[in-house]
Amino acid sequence: MTAERYVFPHKHLLGIEPLSPQDITALLDQARAFEEVCERPSIKIVPALRKKLVVNLFFENSTRTRNSFEIAEKRLSAEIINFDADTSSLNKGETLIDTAMNLEAMHPDLIVMRHSAPGAHALLARHMKASIVNAGDGAHEHPTQALLDAYTLRKHFGKLEGLRVAIVGDIRNSRVVRSNLWLLTRMGAKVTLVGPPTLVPQEMKATWPSIDISHDFDAVIPKQDAIMMLRAQFERGTGAYIPGQGEYSRFFQLNPARMQRAKKDVVVLHPGPINRGLEITSEVADGPRNLILDQVTNGVPVRMAVLYLLSHPHGEQVP
Amino acid sequence: MPEAQGPCPMDPGQMDAALKRLAADLMARLRSEEEVVLLGIRSRGLPLAERLAILLRAATGAQVPVGSLDITLYRDDLTEMVGSPIVRPTEIPFTLKERTVVLVDDVLYTGRTVRAALDALLDHGRPHRVMLLVLADRSGRELPIQADLAGLRVEIPPGHRVAVKLKEIDGEDSVTVEAC
Repeated sequence: MTAERYVFPHKHLLGIEPLSPQDITALLDQARAFEEVCERPSIKIVPALRKKLVVNLFFENSTRTRNSFEIAEKRLSAEIINFDADTSSLNKGETLIDTAMNLEAMHPDLIVMRHSAPGAHALLARHMKASIVNAGDGAHEHPTQALLDAYTLRKHFGKLEGLRVAIVGDIRNSRVVRSNLWLLTRMGAKVTLVGPPTLVPQEMKATWPSIDISHDFDAVIPKQDAIMMLRAQFERGTGAYIPGQGEYSRFFQLNPARMQRAKKDVVVLHPGPINRGLEITSEVADGPRNLILDQVTNGVPVRMAVLYLLSHPHGEQVP
Repeated sequence: MPEAQGPCPMDPGQMDAALKRLAADLMARLRSEEEVVLLGIRSRGLPLAERLAILLRAATGAQVPVGSLDITLYRDDLTEMVGSPIVRPTEIPFTLKERTVVLVDDVLYTGRTVRAALDALLDHGRPHRVMLLVLADRSGRELPIQADLAGLRVEIPPGHRVAVKLKEIDGEDSVTVEAC
C-alpha cells in the first residue's frame, strides 16, 4: 500500500481567503474520495476521526449547514457535542472568550462555529488549541458553502478554470458571495456580480479586480455557464435597499422567461434556503437545470474532507 | 515457492511466472460454484489484481470482476499521523454478497494493512469468504494474519524492506530487498 502524505498547511478554516489553489484542489480531491463513502449501499461510516472530539457551536440559526456538518462528523466516527447558544450561559452574560475557555477544558480537537460577528472565529482561534472551522460569520465568509459550490460545479463541468459564473441578488449581505469570489477567481473562473446598485457594493472590484459588475440581469444571462442565485436576506435589512419585492423580482428573479435567454446547458445554483417566487421561481428551482439539491448532497463529503484534513497534526502551520 | 535470498528476488520474467502460478493456484483453491471477485488494495494491489483477472480469463474464459480498496481511513495509526494520508476512492462496482473475495496486495508485512482492508471490505458488504493473495510475503508480522497465496516468501532482517515496482505505476517490473 501507499501512504502518500499531504500536509494541509492550515490549522483552521476561517475563510477561503488564506487558501491557495493547491489547498482548494486538495480539499476538492479529498471530497471526491469521501463521496464514495456517502454513496455506499451499506455502511456509510469510516473510522477516520475516531477518538476525536468535535464541538458544534452555533450562535446563529442554521438547519442545513448544522445538519450537514453533523452528518459529516458522524460519517467520520467523531465524538460530537452540540452546543446550543440559546440555552447556554451566554444568555447569562458569559463572553465568547469565557465560553471558549470552558470548552477548552473539554479538550476538543475541532470546533465548528457559526457566529454573527465577522472575526469571531479568528478570536476563538487565538484562545484555543482546537482547529476552528468557520460555518458562517456574519456577512464575511462561509467557506464550506463556497467549497461545496465549487465541488458541484467541478463535478458537473469537470473544471472551474474558464467557467463563467453569474452571482445574482443580495450581494451586499451575502457571506456566501465573498467566499465564492475568493475561490472562483483564484481557480480561474470569470465571475459577474449582478443585482441592483444598492445591493452590489462597487468597492468589491477593488478586492477582486477580475470580476464584472452588472445591473442588467437579462444582458448577462446568455453568456453564463452557471447562475448562482442568492437569497434576499430581509432579516439583514435587504428591504431598506430595494423599492419593493415586486420590482426586485421583475429585474432580478430567475424565472422561465429568463432561462429561455440562457445557454441550453446552463446550471442553476442556490445556497438555500430559497425564497420561492422572489429571487427564483419554483419552475426554475425544481427544473432540469438546477443543481440545488446536488449542492446539499455534496455538502457532506466536502465537510468530511475539511474535517479530515484539519484533524491531523500539521507541520509548519499557517492560519 | 522460492525462498528468496539476496538483493533481487524477482526480475520481470520471474514476476510474470509467479503471477501465472498464483492464478493457477487460486483456480485450484476455488470450488466450481464459487463466484469470485478480485479486490486490489491501492495502490500496487490494483494492477496486480487486474493482471490476475486477465490470466484467469485466459485460463477459464470467465470474466472476473476487479475492484479497488483504499484502506487509508481504516489505518490504526491514522489519528496519530502528521499530515493527512491522501484518500483515493474505493471502487467496488459489484455486490460482495455471497461472493468469494480475493484481496490482492503487493507485500504482506506487519498485517496491519490487511486488517484495515478487512474492516473496509466488511463495510461494503458481507462476502461468503475472503482470501488473501500477495506477490511477496515477508517476515515481520505484528498481527495474526497470513496469506492464502504468495508468489514469494522471504525472510529478511529488520531494517530492510521489500520494494515492488510495477509497469503500470513505476514503468518496470521488479521485486527487490533494500535497506531502509
